[in-house]
Amino acid sequence: MSATTDLTEPAVITTEPTTADATRRRLVLGRFRDLSLVPAILVLGLIGFIVSPAFLTGDNLIGVAQQSTELSLLVLATALILICGRMDLSLESTIGVAPVIAVWLVLPTSGARFTGLGLLPEWTAVPLCLLVGVVIGAANGFLILKLRLNGFIVTLGMLTMLRGLQVALSEGQSIVELPSSFTYLGKSSWLGVPAAIWICVVLFALGAGALAWLRHGRALYAIGGNPEAARTAGIRVDRIVWIVLILGSVLAAFAGILYSGHYGSISATQGSGWIFQVFAATVIGGVSLNGGKGSIFGALTGVLTLQLVVNVMTLAGVPPLWNQFLNGAIIIVALIISRFASGEKQE
Amino acid sequence: MADTATGPAIGLGTPAPVADATGISKRFGATVALRDARIAVAPGEAHALVGRNGAGKSTLVSILTGLQQPDTGTLRFSGAPAPAVGDIDAWRSRVACVYQHSTIIGELTVAENLFLNRQSAGAVQPIRWKQLRQRAAELLGEYGVAVDPAARARDLTVEQRQFVEIARALSFGARFIILDEPTAKLDARGINRLFEKLRDLQRQGVAFLFISHHLQEVYDLCTTVTVYRDAAHILTAPVAELGHRALVEAMTGESASTVTASVGGSVASRSDGTELLAIDGLTLPGVCEDISLSVRSGEVVGLAGATASGNVQVGETIAGLHRAKDGRITVGGRTVRTGSVPSALAVGVGLVPEDRHLQGLVTNRSVAENATLTVTGQLGPFGTVLPARTKAFAGRMIRDLDIKTPGAATPVSALSGGNQQKVVVARALATDPHVLVAIRPTNGVDVKSKEFLLGRIRQVADGGKAALIVSDELDDLKVCDRVVVMFHGRVVAEFDRGWKDEVVVAAIEGVSGGTAPAPASPASAVPASTGADEHGR
Repeated sequence: MSATTDLTEPAVITTEPTTADATRRRLVLGRFRDLSLVPAILVLGLIGFIVSPAFLTGDNLIGVAQQSTELSLLVLATALILICGRMDLSLESTIGVAPVIAVWLVLPTSGARFTGLGLLPEWTAVPLCLLVGVVIGAANGFLILKLRLNGFIVTLGMLTMLRGLQVALSEGQSIVELPSSFTYLGKSSWLGVPAAIWICVVLFALGAGALAWLRHGRALYAIGGNPEAARTAGIRVDRIVWIVLILGSVLAAFAGILYSGHYGSISATQGSGWIFQVFAATVIGGVSLNGGKGSIFGALTGVLTLQLVVNVMTLAGVPPLWNQFLNGAIIIVALIISRFASGEKQE
Repeated sequence: MADTATGPAIGLGTPAPVADATGISKRFGATVALRDARIAVAPGEAHALVGRNGAGKSTLVSILTGLQQPDTGTLRFSGAPAPAVGDIDAWRSRVACVYQHSTIIGELTVAENLFLNRQSAGAVQPIRWKQLRQRAAELLGEYGVAVDPAARARDLTVEQRQFVEIARALSFGARFIILDEPTAKLDARGINRLFEKLRDLQRQGVAFLFISHHLQEVYDLCTTVTVYRDAAHILTAPVAELGHRALVEAMTGESASTVTASVGGSVASRSDGTELLAIDGLTLPGVCEDISLSVRSGEVVGLAGATASGNVQVGETIAGLHRAKDGRITVGGRTVRTGSVPSALAVGVGLVPEDRHLQGLVTNRSVAENATLTVTGQLGPFGTVLPARTKAFAGRMIRDLDIKTPGAATPVSALSGGNQQKVVVARALATDPHVLVAIRPTNGVDVKSKEFLLGRIRQVADGGKAALIVSDELDDLKVCDRVVVMFHGRVVAEFDRGWKDEVVVAAIEGVSGGTAPAPASPASAVPASTGADEHGR
């Protein structure tokens, strides 16, 4: 039977001028909603500083940032997709399967442990990888938007299927012989800072900028908030959602390139199990699972919080066996903090 | 800003109507939504469109706004043919619409809502927020809407949101605006302010098509009224020349007024029955206020009211679906804890919910399971549900209610609408309730099932129990011994058996009791004055 509901509809308050003050105060709070995790990050920094002198060194912080890059790209993708009210779980498989397919098409047919098809020149590996991302995103979009299948289950199926494809192609082994063009971005440093960090900063800035100042970026909020209203306002809802899904998969494929470059190989379990962390980071960063709410900057603070916690714990000498437990606990604590910092139900 | 464009051809002679639809027909599958309907709205006119549920008003709105294409008929705006379906911008520069459901996005600011999808000149051009807020302030100022453009839309009141929608609708340059039940969610003062705003706009030359269930509002605001009934145009006349009675008659159809209560029965004096259901001062915030009602054993009482009158919520509250802010509900002398379904079930309330698909049935499960959902405790010891007992119980229900089903194990989704509804009623009766609350019990069922279901409810009361039928369907109300009418969250009238259709409809639609002609029926109709602070039980 239906659950009990409180009939507290937006009470028809008829006093206009007196609410203006309250509205303004809420607005100021609302503007800083994105920043609700910043104090948490500062506190973490303080704890890190107390716990270990090694924490506040350039090397350590750059290391944390470098380790966050791949995860943060998935978080960027998930934030975009969640804001327009959808979900894509298959991102965590895309990060592994896209590099494998690209490399498979490119590597020579003999001479190494992993043999590819050697169809295309080696420099095409990066564009091919991104192209695979486009194809996966487009396929998800087709299934969800054209066939009107349930997005959660479709992408769950896609997650499993793509992971299986990767295992089948790579025969369950890591691929270590990668084209140099493929590993360049993940390995090299620009101005003393890993290129991956620069790229992530730029992509996040682009994403945040688009969502703040572009019409089509704002459309994501409208679609996530009320798709019918967005449609009556002339927004091409399905087209934009499809583009966002494609963009998300491309970002995941790109994260795959950075990850492979960083570690010099494509591991068979690359990205496996990440999606939980990705969702956790995005949601504690203030993006609503129901769509229409949240920001790119908030999502970024979510990733940084999670990564800093891991780093501080490592430095504090917490036994690694406790990592998983603490990770889960942190997610819940962070959710509680952002729930009360923003003063809004998360549902 | 953007609203300087006006319709063309305000030239010689009488100006062409801002909207002119003729011979419009539309069918969805087997149902005819509109049959050769027409409407013409003159520039600057306040035109009302009224009709009961299913009269075709909503379909006409979606055709006038370009959301749907009519099967036949022509549509012209200010003399020019309507734009192609799909050309959203062209439609919006001709006709604006404030829909029944809000199209404001709560998470965005007022300014952004106003200029949604046109915040900047081009797709790659960045939005200049300061300028946008300024434009929004200008637009709101132009229509005299006192709302902060930087406020988040969800923080606005219902009324403010509506003003924002109106301002947005007009900002596309249309001089014709459709208001689809704009007053449904407003309180009396909000309605007054809305009307002032609309009269203001009318003076600026904006024409309205005003759709409302509340006829008094039509008299207050409009100059012309068009009545639809059963998917067809019935009449168009100046409001001043059409009395209340004539208007209600046009809506209900003349034949209806001659039919009186059809179901007789052994209803002697019910005052000697014990009071089974008593509601005292029930208040739900924003829905209803200080409702008092009593139903005696052997009595069927109708609780009538239009969509937003709150009658459905009162019925649901008795069954424990809503928590009341104030007031008491007692069943057979025992107080119900409001907001608790188990408590309501324990004191003996049975509910036939409003929407059988959403609240009533688990459609892919069997008839037997659905019919016994409320009584699983009686189907076996220690919390078990024994299939044999379930089957026997369901078999009894199927015979009792004459449910046409191949068997007790058939999924409910395979049944016809009328039989599905019987399953819902069966379930409500399975607990052998003292008080049966039936909300729109004959919603979407065929005539025969309707008769049967209403007869069965009557039977429940005749068996010494009490029944409350919450509905706005006259046929449902005809089996009742008494009909209590709610309007905007208050009880406004009460009728004893023998009431005339138009009197009850007038009360439901909010034509105030004072102006309605006193009914000459033998029973005493007690039209309480609308909006008064107190009312009888």
